[in-house]
Amino acid sequence: MPDLGKYAVEVLAAYGVSLGLLAVLIVLSWRRSVRMRAALERIENNG
Amino acid sequence: MSFWEYANPKKFMGWTAPVLPYVFGAAALCLTVGLIWGFFFTPDDFRQGSTVKIIYLHVPAATMATGTWFMMLAASLIWVVRRHHVSALAARAAAPIGLTMTLIGLLTGAIWGQPMWGTYWAWDPRLTSFLILFLFYLGYIAMWEAIEDPDTAADLTSVLCMVGSVFAILSRYAVNFWNQGLHQGASLSLDAEEHVSDVFWQPLVICIVGFVLLFVGLVLMRTRTEIRARRIRALEARARRA
Repeated sequence: MPDLGKYAVEVLAAYGVSLGLLAVLIVLSWRRSVRMRAALERIENNG
Repeated sequence: MSFWEYANPKKFMGWTAPVLPYVFGAAALCLTVGLIWGFFFTPDDFRQGSTVKIIYLHVPAATMATGTWFMMLAASLIWVVRRHHVSALAARAAAPIGLTMTLIGLLTGAIWGQPMWGTYWAWDPRLTSFLILFLFYLGYIAMWEAIEDPDTAADLTSVLCMVGSVFAILSRYAVNFWNQGLHQGASLSLDAEEHVSDVFWQPLVICIVGFVLLFVGLVLMRTRTEIRARRIRALEARARRA
């Protein structure tokens, strides 16, 4: 871990917020993708 | 084969499936290398101290915030002129990505601004136009959700996208248009005198490439999802009529 000095809170907060938001975006996009694929397969198999 | 045939929904689903893992893999590689290099192996700035490390997230996110809107503008224009459904769905798929990038740009800018400017927020031209761009993203997403008929939604959101492009341009070039406010000029420039020192520039470029690749991967994945959602609606409507 590098020595971030007196700005450690700001730097770590910026990284935490950014990586957290990116993770939420990726997880939500992936979950909706899986849900839609399953729903379409179900409808096409039943129809 | 014409270029436009790749925008056929069936063809689009066919060529994007094998491409996606490579795009996400390359994005993960660039982001890992760029962020680790930037965070662990670059020195502090002589004026900004360790806060300069925020540049590896702030600048790529802000670049993608406006870049995403320009991509949505191009896709909207293709929809308006050629009525390609995939282009309208791609614009819709990109909006939440742009919204997230804008939010990251605003939040990291505020966190960076406090120790450097002494304030989280100022009504500076670039900051203000970025906030308006964020509101345009929210309005664009809300309009897609609010209008039931997909073609009408695509038409109206395309118009909103064209109007919002003014703020996307202002967000990127506000510092050049109005030589005032707290925000500095471009971090990356063809003018070597103007852009950041090489020691910061190299990992920064890798991070930007990583953000672009992540954006491409997410747009492709989300567009595939929108195509499937549209197909589901069509099949359900057909079943109701039968």
